[in-house]
Amino acid sequence: MPDLLIELFSEEIPARMQGKAAADLQKLVTDGLVEAGLTYKSVAAFSTPRRLTLSVEDVLAESKPVREERKGPKVGAPDQAIDGFLRGAGVTRDDLEIRDDKKGQVYFAVIQKPGRLAADVIAEVLEGAVRNFPWPKSMRWGTGTLKWVRPLHSIVCILTDEAGVDVVPLDIDGIVSGNTTRGHRFLSPDAFTVTGFDDYEAKLKRAHVMLRADERADMIWNDATNQAFALGLEVVEDRGLLVEVAGLVEWPVVLLGQIDPSFYELPDEVLQTSMKEHQKFFSVRNAKTGQIERFVTVANTVTADDGATILKGNQKVLFARLSDAKFFWENDLRIAKAGMGPWLDSLSNVTFHNKLGTQKDRIDRIVALASEIAPLVGADVAEVAEAARVAKADLSSEMVYEFPELQGLMGRYYASKAGLSDAIAAAAQEHYSPLGPSDDVPTAPVSVAVALADKLDTLTGFWWFDEKPTGSKDPFALRRAALGVVRLIESSQLQINLANIIQSALTPYLAAEIGRELVDNDEFVTRILRGLGLKTGDFDYNRDVFDTLKAKVKSSDFVLRDLQHKNAETGSFWILSDGTDLTLSRETGFDYIDPEVKSLVDFFHDRLKVYLKDQGIRHDIIDACIAMDGSDDLTLLVKRAKALAATLATDDGENLIQGFKRANNILTKEEAKDGVEYSFGADPKHAQHDSERSLFTALDEAETVIAPAMAAQDFGTAMTAMAALRGPIDAFFTDVQVNADQQVVRRNRLNLLSRIRKTCLGVADLTRIEG
Amino acid sequence: MADKPRSFQEIILRLQNYWAAKGCAILQPYDMEVGAGTFHPATTLRALGNKPWAAAYVQPSRRPTDGRYGENPNRLQHYYQYQVIIKPSPPDLQALYLGSLEAIGIDASMHDLRFVEDDWESPTLGAWGLGWEVWCDGMEVSQFTYFQQVGGHDCKPVSGELTYGLERLAMYVLECDHVMDMPFNDPDSPIAMTYGDVFLQTEQEYARWNFDVADTDVLLQHFKDAEAECGRILAAPADDPKTGRRIIMAHPAYDQCIKASHVFNLLDARGVISVTERQAYIGRVRTLAKACADAFVQTEAGGFAA
Repeated sequence: MPDLLIELFSEEIPARMQGKAAADLQKLVTDGLVEAGLTYKSVAAFSTPRRLTLSVEDVLAESKPVREERKGPKVGAPDQAIDGFLRGAGVTRDDLEIRDDKKGQVYFAVIQKPGRLAADVIAEVLEGAVRNFPWPKSMRWGTGTLKWVRPLHSIVCILTDEAGVDVVPLDIDGIVSGNTTRGHRFLSPDAFTVTGFDDYEAKLKRAHVMLRADERADMIWNDATNQAFALGLEVVEDRGLLVEVAGLVEWPVVLLGQIDPSFYELPDEVLQTSMKEHQKFFSVRNAKTGQIERFVTVANTVTADDGATILKGNQKVLFARLSDAKFFWENDLRIAKAGMGPWLDSLSNVTFHNKLGTQKDRIDRIVALASEIAPLVGADVAEVAEAARVAKADLSSEMVYEFPELQGLMGRYYASKAGLSDAIAAAAQEHYSPLGPSDDVPTAPVSVAVALADKLDTLTGFWWFDEKPTGSKDPFALRRAALGVVRLIESSQLQINLANIIQSALTPYLAAEIGRELVDNDEFVTRILRGLGLKTGDFDYNRDVFDTLKAKVKSSDFVLRDLQHKNAETGSFWILSDGTDLTLSRETGFDYIDPEVKSLVDFFHDRLKVYLKDQGIRHDIIDACIAMDGSDDLTLLVKRAKALAATLATDDGENLIQGFKRANNILTKEEAKDGVEYSFGADPKHAQHDSERSLFTALDEAETVIAPAMAAQDFGTAMTAMAALRGPIDAFFTDVQVNADQQVVRRNRLNLLSRIRKTCLGVADLTRIEG
Repeated sequence: MADKPRSFQEIILRLQNYWAAKGCAILQPYDMEVGAGTFHPATTLRALGNKPWAAAYVQPSRRPTDGRYGENPNRLQHYYQYQVIIKPSPPDLQALYLGSLEAIGIDASMHDLRFVEDDWESPTLGAWGLGWEVWCDGMEVSQFTYFQQVGGHDCKPVSGELTYGLERLAMYVLECDHVMDMPFNDPDSPIAMTYGDVFLQTEQEYARWNFDVADTDVLLQHFKDAEAECGRILAAPADDPKTGRRIIMAHPAYDQCIKASHVFNLLDARGVISVTERQAYIGRVRTLAKACADAFVQTEAGGFAA
């Protein structure tokens, strides 16, 4: 069976697109072959800056013929129907057969598809692949209409077997397939013919083209590390850069260059970033001192002077680049050492988001929120406030303007230079973390406070302006921010009531909205009040509170900052600056969780579910715990979920669920039937059976253990005690008929079931457990 | 292989000779202030329509915000670009380009020449294309672009555009560390002049004017005037009542677009344009550019066939 070789030879393909393009070519071609009935033994795809190559071994020389039958309309059906059928099947009336069917005579089309030669299929499939190639961006050139990533120059498409080489004929907008290609642009520009993949790869190598990207990468890495090692140096590993550089060359030549020592004073990260981003250089450090002293550049050619001219040029360019970086660094240091004032001022000129205001507005909110969080994470309030104030100062620095990826890191350097504490400097860098599901999570209290405030402010803001993520759309990376909060809380085992914090985070957005002088209608006032934690439906109930607030909100001198918001055990209450007390306690009947806060807490729960699922905790177990009071304390929630998962993993636990469900089902059914709730205390004196009495005793014992254990958040103990009910409950159901004839006995038993339900639901909402 | 050039002007002359030999019309700079060689109507407008076109020229270019009073080794508010535009783009454009580097003394067998991805987009011209920045030993020496759209119109056929940053390229070839030290004419001339002899003082003068002195009220008025005049020109009927001919004034209108663009750059350098306004101004210039492109494709040079 023949082997297929395809090469698409073009002008330089962007490095970042090469890997995927090779994979796409492989998929498009092999899918097409298989669909046409041409199987093959193996396939491999390759890319260089100027070519995409595909090698397919042992392709079927010809596909098998296919016979297909299709049932058509009845004999005597209108011509229209028959013609339609003929069109669909691609046959003429003469090709139809008439057969007997249950309902009479019916036309059948017999479609004979003869086997096709591999060359015909390949030509068709390759043309389709070229014309519909999924480049991220493609272009036209010259007078043509064909699109490719850059101008496509030639196509090799050959089938090789024992008998010889056949070019698969193909003409795509004037590009005619053949068996010739070219080598390296400068070192071996002449055309040559190829007879198959092995010949192709060998001849390319002679023509200064290393076909395999991983071979180029290995060669670069080995040569770079060897050259460095000989000088007692080590190359800083950078897998992404290695892949990119391997995509920029067909014939890699590694050159080791020097960094002028006058740049050693620059932070390592600045040297690395400048060299990598602008020049695609690897950094090479002194193994002993850690100082980055040299660089590796990879040329695409060999020269008579062994790259001396090339290296000299690269060094000169680097000198200019690093001079710029040094200029930025020195300018920045001057401002940093003087306390970063101008940077902080200029943040008020930088828009963060058109609805969420400037970076300065954002910083102000984060300072307030972080200060509120500080005591909850065991951090010093003043230190946290200062850390939040300067955390984003580096966004105005010249270095971060030049290299945005250094944000945070430069903040840390500059905060240190400004004489601030190590904790504050660390927070400038760490408050962005974590950025994903697996990177490091800061645990230093100051960093944690600022990181939480930063993320919660962003989330609350976008929630308030209804820019929530939907489906696959999450333009502000809010899911990532929420996961960050979850991981920060988990990592430091923080016990924080998120609903309260979110309520606080909401306050400045209300203030900003009032500041916009939009206070002319009840609807707006309602929105404000809703944000303050009042449900719209409650305003009528407490109309004078509404009217007082409304009057205040509408007065021209109103500033929400005057409105002092306190969280207390009893709920929220608000005092206006003029002394008006709008204390709203739970007794007045208000629901303090307003929809924004509730919806955001739900969002955290969703993130937590995804996160815990990866740790093997089922979603229904988490749901059973989310339903409990205080589940906005995520640490508590996780503790409860883990204890429940552990309990359910035991034999007792698993069976207890069945017993609980049985009790709950019977009870629910009977309550519905009788129209009453059986929550009167069951009385042991009406117990008639030993199993019934045992259950009373077991419940008494369990309750004495569970209540204090729950109060102490010792979920393990509480759940073990609950699981211990399994035996008595099972025995009860085996021995006792709940619906006894005697009504007193029946009611008593139902009340007993109610005790089971109450006891179990006090631990977790077991009704949500599946199975 | 020719000897190495000895001066800035020799590099320009060699490029002129090279592209003339390759069949380009050697045009002269456009007589207006522009930010880049692309703004020359020989590129912007002539990239539109189906008529073949091949031109090369030096274009003095101004970027007021880049002024550094002549102190920075390679940043200038006034500099030269060398521009080549060929429509349709020939299949061997890369080879032609590499030949031009050889003509100015860059020997491909001694240097590392690379085509590194760089997509070009001009929000003010409503234009984009794909191509590369060309690296010589790690330094960007040219932009190489296949125009896909200009003024909102698809380019059919596609033009190939080459832009050489002349000062930077010359500094590399002539091995100069500071632009002002670069020989402008031959160093052995009776009156040898450096780039600084020609441009140091003007860089200082313009930097001061651009940054601190230009009258922003006057400039704002210029912008409005240019915008209005552009619209007025294009609103005129195609048929000229005096000659009785169909004369669409695409070029005069485009001059106003260039003017508006440059005034915007000056206002930007004066720091009177906020971030949000910036987008709005760019949008206004783009509207003019698109209107001019719309008009040009209605002309004979733009491929209009009556």
